[in-house]
Amino acid sequence: MAEKPAVGCKRPSAKVQKPPEETTQPETVTEKKEYAMIQIGQKAPDFAAPAYFNNDFTTIQLSDYLGKWVVLCFYPGDFTFV
Amino acid sequence: MLSVSVDSMFVHKMWVDKELSKMVTAKTVPFPMLSDGGGSIGRIYGVYDQEEGVDIRGRFLIDPDGVVQAYEMVAPPVGRNIPETLRQIQAFQLVREGKGTKATPSGWKPGKTVLEPGPDLVGNVWKVWTVDKAFD
Repeated sequence: MAEKPAVGCKRPSAKVQKPPEETTQPETVTEKKEYAMIQIGQKAPDFAAPAYFNNDFTTIQLSDYLGKWVVLCFYPGDFTFV
Repeated sequence: MLSVSVDSMFVHKMWVDKELSKMVTAKTVPFPMLSDGGGSIGRIYGVYDQEEGVDIRGRFLIDPDGVVQAYEMVAPPVGRNIPETLRQIQAFQLVREGKGTKATPSGWKPGKTVLEPGPDLVGNVWKVWTVDKAFD
């Protein structure tokens, strides 16, 4: 019987299950990308992203907001209750 | 104000149309809702949860020079306290206008005592500020 995904603030996502024989193979070297945490007093990394605003689609570039205070707010997903 | 999630801009539109427009008096969301498909922005800001494939609740205050002045991270099930974000912006704006001459004690709100750090204030903060002032 298929398990129902939990309906919470996290988005249910697919998870690829490794076949059991893979665990006995020697560990493969995977490329690990490390990301430095944002530091207070350092420049906020610039980015451009597609956006929905004023009933239209647009592109937002963070550096266009230089000269203004910006609240940059991340959240897990639309329709996720909180 | 910029909001960011891994949803597409089309989903943002549907969320505004179907739900948010019914929650806010303005009937629309007054700021751009950004799409971070794949979490590439979330990764550089350290808020991307790779296992769940979502950006967690990270909030960054960025000053007019593009410098990060504050951030907060909250796990998905708990919502944020918006008045606290507004309070921090008001405090940072006051500090910035003071060009390094002013500081706001804990619990500061507009109208409350502002500190002016200097030789005379060393050891004398108790004369102008007490713990009860950190609470409403």
